Amino acid sequence: MTYKKRFDGRKFDELRPMEAKAGVISNANGSAYFQIGNTVAYAAVYGPREMFPRFLQNPKKGVLRCYYNMMPFSGSGERIRPGGSRRSQEISMVMVNSLEPVVDLSAFPNAVVDVFIELPQTDAGTRCAAISAASIALADAGIPMKDMVSSVAMGCVDGSVVADLNYNEEAYEDGPVSDIPIAMIHNTKEISLLQMDGEISKDKLMQAIEMANVATEKVYQLQIKALKEKFSQE
Amino acid sequence: MKVNSETIALLAAQNKRLDQRALTDYRQPIKIETNISWTAEGSAKVQIGETIVICGVKLSLDKPYNDTPDEGGITVNAELTPLSSPNYEPGPPGIKAVELARVVDRGIREAKALDLKKLCVKPGEKAWFVIIDIITLNDAGNLFDAAGLAVLAALKSARFPVVNAVTGAIDYKKKTDVALPLVKEALPVTVYNIKGHLMIDPTVAEEEAYDSRLTVASDADGTISAMQKGGVGVLSTDDISRMIDLSITKAKFLRQQLNLFFK
Repeated sequence: MTYKKRFDGRKFDELRPMEAKAGVISNANGSAYFQIGNTVAYAAVYGPREMFPRFLQNPKKGVLRCYYNMMPFSGSGERIRPGGSRRSQEISMVMVNSLEPVVDLSAFPNAVVDVFIELPQTDAGTRCAAISAASIALADAGIPMKDMVSSVAMGCVDGSVVADLNYNEEAYEDGPVSDIPIAMIHNTKEISLLQMDGEISKDKLMQAIEMANVATEKVYQLQIKALKEKFSQE
Repeated sequence: MKVNSETIALLAAQNKRLDQRALTDYRQPIKIETNISWTAEGSAKVQIGETIVICGVKLSLDKPYNDTPDEGGITVNAELTPLSSPNYEPGPPGIKAVELARVVDRGIREAKALDLKKLCVKPGEKAWFVIIDIITLNDAGNLFDAAGLAVLAALKSARFPVVNAVTGAIDYKKKTDVALPLVKEALPVTVYNIKGHLMIDPTVAEEEAYDSRLTVASDADGTISAMQKGGVGVLSTDDISRMIDLSITKAKFLRQQLNLFFK
């Protein structure tokens, strides 16, 4: 265990500075801005609205769709070609899976609720920021929800379990690193997103999940604050 | 929307608008913010009324084109994101996005706003290429002017990244303090013609009511660098003359806003 001090001086369980705002895109039914460190996500919700093509409609309940997209200049290296990639398709899918458990669309048969995510700048943890932003935007849009979803990337860098990895930690080269994006449903503490890549023991993984309880709680408090700020203004 | 269009035309005939503005006034606020993306070499977010546009500039080193071996290059791309309006869908850019990108591109390219020769590192071998991406956050009308302003602000804020002297590779994590060779400040302003009445900075409803529009890109001394007539309506030479005058005046106003910001 040689990763004793984090590159940016944070404590192991400390998140980067965060900022959240609800209602930033006036055209949308609901929207949010969510920043964690240098990762920024905008989320906009449109719907419930009629779903096309028709064969995709579900007569029993409304459909939730997510579209995750990094702006072409938001990557850490060269410009990213615009248009979907396999990566963005997969992230869009796991976003739906992570949000669906709290969203109740039974009152909107044949309709669709679209969640669009755009990231102007990134520094790791983008899918978590996207989910946290989407959850605020869905609530802002007044979509029936049982709970909020809050997400943080956990990780294990050279034996140390840490919260909210940044790019430099993901790219750590002197030892094994694992990246574990986790989304948690606030009241039930159930996990609706779990991915992991890298190298980790089961023991450390369980520690990381334990730490995610506290980390996602901090995100939750900020999400609620953003929503309260918006609706107390109105 | 038909009724709305008729109302808008009727009001325009009396020099009035639904939001009480004069026909030749921009919406407020006009907000400019730069360096909104640390991963881009230059970036800006511009808000005109409720319209919000982001522009990001990336730089890369590449082989110059064969016909211009001593010049770098510029590319402009625009994405009308489905996040920014219920009318846009995911997928490749449609004609509206293509037109926006090309009109903004011509405005700066033909003004020779960027000195492309100064972007050349080694003739025939290596030159800087400037890739400009326009991304809409909220389309509440007048994307042309908002995008033009965002692009100019992003170009002004851009700094070259550090290049490794040995390998020649770009270190995108580190920026120098060298700005782009921006020698002119061309800005597009779009004038809308609704039944013979000229209007600028339309809302989405007003954009649906117009007969024709003329985008004119002009620089500080009033030289015109690009034009685009849009819409199915027709223009008289007198219309064109009035539209150009108005757009040059308004470009000066926008340039003032920009220079106040960069002071």
